[in-house]
Amino acid sequence: MTDWPILSTVTFLPLVGVLLILFIQDDSENGRRNIRSIALLTTLVTFVVSLFIWFGFDNGEAGFQMVEKHEWLDSGISYHMGVDGISMLFVILTTFLMPICIAASLKSIQVRVKAYMIAFLLLETLMIGVFCALDIVLFYVFFEGGLIPMFIIIGVWGGKRRVYASFKFFLYTLLGSVLMLLAIMAMLYQSGTTDIPTLLAHHFPQNMQTWLWLAFFASFAVKMPMWPVHTWLPDAHVEAPTAGSVILAGILLKMGGYGLLRFSLPMFPDASAYFAPLVFTLSVIAIIYTSLVALMQEDMKKLIAYSSVAHMGFVTMGIFALNPEGIQGAIFQMLSHGLVSGALFLCVGVIYDRLHTREIAAYGGLVNIMPKYAVAFLIFTMANVGLPGTTGFVGEFLTMLGAFRANTWVAVFATTGVILSASYALWLYRKIVFGALTKENLKGMLDLSGREKAILYPLIVLIIFFGVYPTPIFNVTSASVNALVTNVTASIGSAQTAAAN
Amino acid sequence: MTMDLLSSLSLSTPELILAVGAMVLLMVGAYSRGNSSTAVTGLAVAILALAAVWILVAQAHGTAFAGAYVQDDFSVFMKVLTLAGSAFTLIMYVGFAKVERFDNFEYPVLVMLSTLGMMVMISANSLLALYLGFELQSLALYVVAAINRESARSSEAGLKYFVLGALGTGMMLYGISLTYGYTGSIDFAKVAAAVTGERQLGALFGLIFILAGLTFKISAVPFHMWTPDVYEGAPTPITAFFAVSPKVATMALILRVTMDAFAPAASEWQQIIVFISIASMVLGSFAAIGQRNFKRMMAYSSIGHMGFCLVGLAADSEAGIRGVVIYMLIYVAMTLGTFAFIIAMRRKEGQVERIDDLAGCASTNPWMATILTILLFSLAGIPPLAGFWAKWYVFLAAINSGLYALAVIGVLTSVVAAFYYLRIIKIMWFDETAGGFLPMAGELRFVFGLSGAFVLFYVLIGGPISTYAEAAARSFF
Repeated sequence: MTDWPILSTVTFLPLVGVLLILFIQDDSENGRRNIRSIALLTTLVTFVVSLFIWFGFDNGEAGFQMVEKHEWLDSGISYHMGVDGISMLFVILTTFLMPICIAASLKSIQVRVKAYMIAFLLLETLMIGVFCALDIVLFYVFFEGGLIPMFIIIGVWGGKRRVYASFKFFLYTLLGSVLMLLAIMAMLYQSGTTDIPTLLAHHFPQNMQTWLWLAFFASFAVKMPMWPVHTWLPDAHVEAPTAGSVILAGILLKMGGYGLLRFSLPMFPDASAYFAPLVFTLSVIAIIYTSLVALMQEDMKKLIAYSSVAHMGFVTMGIFALNPEGIQGAIFQMLSHGLVSGALFLCVGVIYDRLHTREIAAYGGLVNIMPKYAVAFLIFTMANVGLPGTTGFVGEFLTMLGAFRANTWVAVFATTGVILSASYALWLYRKIVFGALTKENLKGMLDLSGREKAILYPLIVLIIFFGVYPTPIFNVTSASVNALVTNVTASIGSAQTAAAN
Repeated sequence: MTMDLLSSLSLSTPELILAVGAMVLLMVGAYSRGNSSTAVTGLAVAILALAAVWILVAQAHGTAFAGAYVQDDFSVFMKVLTLAGSAFTLIMYVGFAKVERFDNFEYPVLVMLSTLGMMVMISANSLLALYLGFELQSLALYVVAAINRESARSSEAGLKYFVLGALGTGMMLYGISLTYGYTGSIDFAKVAAAVTGERQLGALFGLIFILAGLTFKISAVPFHMWTPDVYEGAPTPITAFFAVSPKVATMALILRVTMDAFAPAASEWQQIIVFISIASMVLGSFAAIGQRNFKRMMAYSSIGHMGFCLVGLAADSEAGIRGVVIYMLIYVAMTLGTFAFIIAMRRKEGQVERIDDLAGCASTNPWMATILTILLFSLAGIPPLAGFWAKWYVFLAAINSGLYALAVIGVLTSVVAAFYYLRIIKIMWFDETAGGFLPMAGELRFVFGLSGAFVLFYVLIGGPISTYAEAAARSFF
């Protein structure tokens, strides 16, 4: 079992599903059903196999595990895979959300089913690859490659303004990433390697760090997204099909945070310390400003999209607190947000499938006819607000604790964001679920179907379980995070002593 | 003396194969009655393939004809690439000629002669060989551009190409004479030895004129004006030929002139190349946005790609040359596939070539649309497709040589370029159908599929390819 290349297996397993689907015609109802089953089965198998990564994971080990390394291209660019405490859980999050996304698309996607499922399975491979890659070029290939299926998903199966949204998504992200590409080249030139473990031990000159940090930040800030480069996200979220929004909010946004943790912090520690105030400022603006914007939205998906930006603000704030609490909290917040925002988009999808509108004003009083839905939506809303007992609380609390230790004012401002998030989330919930059931077309709506229960209930269980008992998560992350913080603070310290001398 | 001649002839066997083959086929075509076009084309492909195999198997290295001709790893790589480009465009021509009742056996023969000129260009080691190969190639191309005698557009394209091309050649000849006058030699090695000291300035004028003539053929800005019209006017398989083989050969020749003959003046020509490169990338990206005709758009796209390719040359390093070599290989693969698709844009009413005609083709012709989408993403330079690696190597070289501004401008224009490739993908996938295309002909399917597979699976074969390219690049150092 130890020699089995489990990371490559998990990464490329979805491609097996793609191959099978390629041979099925989707012009008959039978064919479409087969395609759906294969896609669902593939993602489920991938999830089950990926659990072995967690079982085999050694919590005490801070470095990379389950490493695979093969010759690939010239100049030392190799096929190098591995996970540590920072990346491992994102792999699990990806494989966990994928079957849910496929299940959520079983009914709502009726045209071009074949292309849809292929795009999703390709996307899964690329997303897992991002978190497993231990060569920076390999990372970039997976990171950028994900644009292709996502562009198609938004553009083909999206809403009315899908063309605009898909172009904006693609070009925005590409523009951020090409600068990172040049930075990667400069790093290869300076250090002679693209191997991430080697680069982690390499010390870049201080002025070079500044430029490299900025180039990487350009890419990750767009991906996160941070204010003021977040404007692609509401468009993309609103226009994407439900499953596309779930993936976008659940995983693609996390790549930005993961990138900051994997590259910016450990490889350019001096620049990170130097730019931390900038990131704090942007994060606080993101938290407060986008929460206020969310308050004014009339479109459910747009509201959740803005709340995503605000929550990602907590993540960046936690990461650049540069202490274990902040970073642990940031990772936890990302995982939690992956579940919670994904669940919220699924909830929107449930009623969108019935009424085909995302306008908040079109709904009201759903609690009377859809009690199960009302409860599920309530739990997710509370998790989004950060109520104790849900995962949202743990993440926000820790990031604010970390920020408080780094800079009190940042924590103070961030706290107001929590209050604002409560107001928009509860307002959304009240408008949709409570009140009298006056609108005629709502009265025929059915409560959650078996399929929808199967999608939403596991999420409820996980959100409450890890909200009450987050230890399994922290067990995984703590060793790697502590090592990361030690390295970063040590090299910042040495840089400061050098400067003082 | 005879020994020298004999070894020279044996070294240039591939060229001899082409020359003799072209003559024989000309006779075959002239003396056979009626429809000989398909047979001659088939034989031409076979002869081109034979020459390529010969080069690969013999792996002969050395200089010939008193140093005017050189065969090294670089020539091997570029010649095989040129031959492959010519052979594939001829393959794409067969079905097109049949459907369009386009029966002339001269075309394959002219392609062979032109390819012969390109081989001489690639192996040129003196200014005379340079001019000889260049003219043989150009004269055949002038005729080829105007080969559709019935079409006014094709004649216009041919005339435009001829007038501007003659101007370019004239400038180049003037440059050659200046270079000879100031350095006293036509041999690249002796020119290089003489391009120093106070005589450098005059020789530099010569270089500038030579580069003007050469960049005309790769359609780099500011000598790109002919490209959109010729691309649009010429019959599509011929456009494909224009887009592929002459550019490979001319790029090889530019490398020979700059890296061999004018190597000591690197800091001087570097400025020129940087300017040409930036201008081509910017113009290629922005001008393509407004195009409605697929072939015209590909013309601007190729201008942009030549700009990206020159980024590698501007780096003036072994890594840069490797980048150029890999870029040309990938460019050829992507361009051939895209043109195979354009040739296959055929409805019952006939050939179409507007971008809007692609609307909704993802639902009517899903396979064609999928492979074209892969090619377009590759042209845009999105990983893991081949086009990304092409850009990777040239920009890596630019960063290594400290050309940061060039690299930044380059990647930013590549984002602009991504926009118009995406627009085609959008039209294919997101728009309502405008009526599908007829099924692709077998030979087009072959080229199209091969090109798509190459682009898609380049990640798996990139290692060995880059080893070959590295060996080719080492020829200059």
